[in-house]
Amino acid sequence: MATAARDPAARQAALFEFLVRVGDNALILGHRVSEWCGHSPALEEDIALSNTALDLIGQTQLWLGLAGEVEGKGRSADDLAYLRDGYDFRNILLVERPNGDFGRTLMRQFLFDAWHYLLLKALKGSSDQRIAEIAEKAFKEVSYHLDRSRDLIIRLGDGTAESHRRMQEALDEHWPFTGEMFTSDALDAELVEAGIIPAPQGLKTGWDEIVAEALTEGTLKKPADGYMHKGGRRGVHTEHLGFILTEMQFLQRAYPGATW
Amino acid sequence: MDPALRPSIDEVWHWLAEVPDPEIPVISLTDLGIIRDVEWRDDTLVVTVTPTYSGCPATTIINLDIETALAEKGLSKVKLERQLSPAWTTDWISAEGREKLRDYGIAPPIDGTAADGVLMKRIDRLSGRSNLTIACPRCGSVNTEKISQFGSTPCKASYRCTDCLEPFDYFKCI
Repeated sequence: MATAARDPAARQAALFEFLVRVGDNALILGHRVSEWCGHSPALEEDIALSNTALDLIGQTQLWLGLAGEVEGKGRSADDLAYLRDGYDFRNILLVERPNGDFGRTLMRQFLFDAWHYLLLKALKGSSDQRIAEIAEKAFKEVSYHLDRSRDLIIRLGDGTAESHRRMQEALDEHWPFTGEMFTSDALDAELVEAGIIPAPQGLKTGWDEIVAEALTEGTLKKPADGYMHKGGRRGVHTEHLGFILTEMQFLQRAYPGATW
Repeated sequence: MDPALRPSIDEVWHWLAEVPDPEIPVISLTDLGIIRDVEWRDDTLVVTVTPTYSGCPATTIINLDIETALAEKGLSKVKLERQLSPAWTTDWISAEGREKLRDYGIAPPIDGTAADGVLMKRIDRLSGRSNLTIACPRCGSVNTEKISQFGSTPCKASYRCTDCLEPFDYFKCI
């Protein structure tokens, strides 16, 4: 590890990997949430979901844009989004989970937002100025996302018997996918040591607090920590990612270089 | 451009103050506070712009509008630079801009109402009111309620006045 830390090429590779991980989370979740456009239970929610997706896609442009810059091979944010295959994507499995009903979408959003919020908050203090600047911008937007998703899971959890049942099911279903947020590998360790990113496992306590408080208020029962699914951060995905990419990348795959 | 014929920086700011925001045309780009700097770099005029929201689709239009406006004034060598930090804040919307927003029917941002992610008070959440002092731009009543965190653009939230019953956009704080 110590040897790797002194190697500029290894540092650059680790940095690229991190930027793709954080960028792919925003991209895949942004795409998932955008699937609601025109299908939400109420107009206001349709607008809110579309705007959340828009924020995430905007953040993707910043993260993947920087990833391409760091890589130095002339790949743009669009190239990275549209021309990579599934095994090159580094998003956590949680964000590629299907939308399900409105409650499942909101629960997934809340579990992600609480973590995203803490991650960005820490990244504002990154020793890499470019990362700190993007985090500063995205943090403001994500604070709104968290306020909203938490508000809604509390209302729906502590709502009717039907909404409560659906929210508890959503929570139970998504829970085994939350552990991946706090896993780390050698690439993370390299960047943690350089003060570029926070240690992933260090975000767990704060996340547990935000989640526990909202679940209690929403009369929802926190599932027991059992087996946690992982793999997305190293390119091993669930079957859902392929379907997302098929739709998202279709145009650039069928008509390479198309612009409008 | 011949240095002797260059417009002054003040003059350029004045021109930019006449470029409307594409989505809220009653306010200008300078009212919005997104023009961060204007300077001559050799014979090129460099305009530094900061985005409001990272995914705001108006950003490209804004850049195009700046280039067009300056080209009309005879400036052909213009470079636009994006600056992310310090991140745009609604605090930079000018006092004049706030009045124009209100006249247009959009409640201007109120300091202290920005989302904090974790500290929002329970009572506010349960009542749907993030801040009781957001006044209706139509009748001035402070009896308003939030309908949704987001409105017609990423920078706004949807509110409703419980006195005059008018729905309105609130330019939320970030």
